[in-house]
Amino acid sequence: MTKSILFAGVGGQGIVLASNLLAAALIESGFDVKMSEVHGMAQRGGSVTTQVRFGEKVHSPIIGKGNADVIVAFEPMEAIRWLNHLKPGGTLILSTARIPSSVILSGAMDYPEGIVEYLNEHADLISLNAQKMATDLGNEKAMNVILLGVLAKILELSDVDWLALIKKEVHPRFYELNAKAFRTGYSFK
Amino acid sequence: MKQLWTGNEAVARALYEAGVSFASAYPGTPSTEILENLTLYHEDMHVEWAPNEKVALEAAIGASMAGVRSAAAMKHVGLNVAADPLMTLSYTGVNGGLLIISADDPELHSSQNEQDNRIYAKLAKIPCVEITGAADAAEAIKESYYISETYDTPVLFRMTTRVCHSKELVESGEKTNFAPIPYVKNAFKYVSSPANSRKKRPMVEERMAKLSAYSEQSPLNTVEDNGASVGVIASGVSAHYAREVFEEGANYLILRCTYPLPIEKIRAFYESVETCYVIEELEPFIEEQLRLAGMQVIGKERIPVMGELNVDIVREALLGIKPVYQEAPAELVAPRPPILCSGCPHRGFFYEAKKFRDLIVTGDIGCYTLGAAPPLEVTDSLVCMGASISMGHGVYAAMKKNGIEKKVMAVIGDSTFLHSGMTSLLNSVYNNSPTVNVILDNRITAMTGHQDNPGTGYDLMGNPAPEIDFEQIVRALGVKKVRTVNPLNLADVRAAIKECLEFKEGPSVIISRWPCALKRYSERDLNEFPLEKSKSVVIEEQCRGCLNCVRTGCPSIRFDKEKKKASIDSYSCVGCGVCIQSCPFDAIVREGGNK
Repeated sequence: MTKSILFAGVGGQGIVLASNLLAAALIESGFDVKMSEVHGMAQRGGSVTTQVRFGEKVHSPIIGKGNADVIVAFEPMEAIRWLNHLKPGGTLILSTARIPSSVILSGAMDYPEGIVEYLNEHADLISLNAQKMATDLGNEKAMNVILLGVLAKILELSDVDWLALIKKEVHPRFYELNAKAFRTGYSFK
Repeated sequence: MKQLWTGNEAVARALYEAGVSFASAYPGTPSTEILENLTLYHEDMHVEWAPNEKVALEAAIGASMAGVRSAAAMKHVGLNVAADPLMTLSYTGVNGGLLIISADDPELHSSQNEQDNRIYAKLAKIPCVEITGAADAAEAIKESYYISETYDTPVLFRMTTRVCHSKELVESGEKTNFAPIPYVKNAFKYVSSPANSRKKRPMVEERMAKLSAYSEQSPLNTVEDNGASVGVIASGVSAHYAREVFEEGANYLILRCTYPLPIEKIRAFYESVETCYVIEELEPFIEEQLRLAGMQVIGKERIPVMGELNVDIVREALLGIKPVYQEAPAELVAPRPPILCSGCPHRGFFYEAKKFRDLIVTGDIGCYTLGAAPPLEVTDSLVCMGASISMGHGVYAAMKKNGIEKKVMAVIGDSTFLHSGMTSLLNSVYNNSPTVNVILDNRITAMTGHQDNPGTGYDLMGNPAPEIDFEQIVRALGVKKVRTVNPLNLADVRAAIKECLEFKEGPSVIISRWPCALKRYSERDLNEFPLEKSKSVVIEEQCRGCLNCVRTGCPSIRFDKEKKKASIDSYSCVGCGVCIQSCPFDAIVREGGNK
């Protein structure tokens, strides 16, 4: 059975690193893995996703509507934008810190209210302010690895040495920070 | 060991394994990372950026003539630029094998149009090879070089965005050494004079016949027989979508040599099933050929000719099964379009340009395309690489003929100017139109992910290279009025625009020179630009809520509608200072009172 994980966020939030780490863990667990990313202009502050699929044999590299077992949303509006990809009964991991888009920054539109409440009613929601938690750890940028920690806990990939993977993937200077971030996410209740 | 690689990474590795020793490209999403990854193998091959795709292909043709295996990579629209050499290359053929790698962009993720470049293979009468994903790359590339050398033809190697940017597990292999084929002077082969080409024209047809026979036997076209009554013929990433929809419930004919098609092999497959679907992205390229051969396949009558396919689209089109999903209320989400980054040097230029009324601004391809988007909304047009300057001339000349003296400005990036803006500017000089032509020189090819170009002073390998001088180039082209400005200095920008709009003796050029805010600064950048800046902050008591700073479109600036005050996100602000200059009430200053 193929499982699908969709990461949704805003350009610059580090979703590619999070999905690379996940993919490495899945390969280590012996799965066939495919992954899809978006490059180019879409990255300039726009809405971005990466998609990871794994199982015994994976065909399509992209996830269809209603097909993601887990969505990891780095931002509330992005959770709403991609909610149509969540499988009925699927899990949504959400970082609640808002990133207003240009139309909101300029005052042309308001940031929508009631997103977290809506998601709580319409998905199996795990919400946390990963941005704030990462800032408390010393660097806002580590939010991606906090969210990965939350995801890792759900996926129960018991044989994976996550910290070793992080060590391989990130600059030595940031290892301690990211190891702390991972543990923070993994132990989040 | 298996690696999780994008199609681009796998193709780069495959080119190395095939013994390729020359590769050139101009960056373009989704193809860019092919050459970037080839730098890993630089000890075994010569890799370089070319100023445009035509040059890249011509250099690869030269390398092929010199007897080595070569490749040129480009995005789909790049092949439009390189189409001229391609059409005649078909006649000359190759010495060492030659691949033209075309990365098409169905769904226009990062392109100005959608086009199916397999049609170029038909037009040029050369073979087309496609892959379903990264895992196919090694074998398909090796086979493509075999085709190229055996049949004396260039090969069009076609990828798409999902093939380029999706990762699959790939087993890397060993490098085969390719001994260069000695070059022997052969004017009949390499000199495409009318007399020679007329004689070679029938040879191209003969080659097509031989290639058709090859395609029938090619290991690239594979059948998977599941004993089903439904048959699926698919190419590219669509083969994966088909497998997910039908699983073991269909027989599959996966085509990787999609031109010329193995018609008899396909006919045997077609006759072995009751229902036969053709699943391909974009044009009915395979389907039309099968219909011509009398096969009643089901394809584009149900599957869209526009956009990308996916599992949902294929399943609904062919089986009538809709996906089950929930849609959140539209009022819970606002658009999040791409925007110029915090500290982008283009912002200051557009912010000032917007103040000039009654100006037509023709645009070009690059991050600065976003100068057309709110709140800047300066740019009037976008067609293709280099079109800003030539279109600007056309606008001016046409209006003038109708008695209207219109102010026209063209905006083009540094890399785009070098790609195909120089001949356009020469045209404006030659035909004497007083347009204002702005080279937005952010010291890098930014939108595709920061590639060097002849203006940056570094080559693809990151080695120092001759740095061309934009001012010297435009003067050599005959431009009499040239101003270089720092786009972070709004008064200077404004003065330059005003001065150039008043200049009537031919075209003028403004070079707006400041490095991209996301760029990893080179030694040269650090020497040239004072890049260390303290961040900007709003003094709340002095802010009167006039919104001028908001109109710069900077993503670091937020406006509180209740308090009617602007604020600046100190995390993302890079201290470019454009907002400071936009504020008429001196309410924005540098942190710590620095200048």
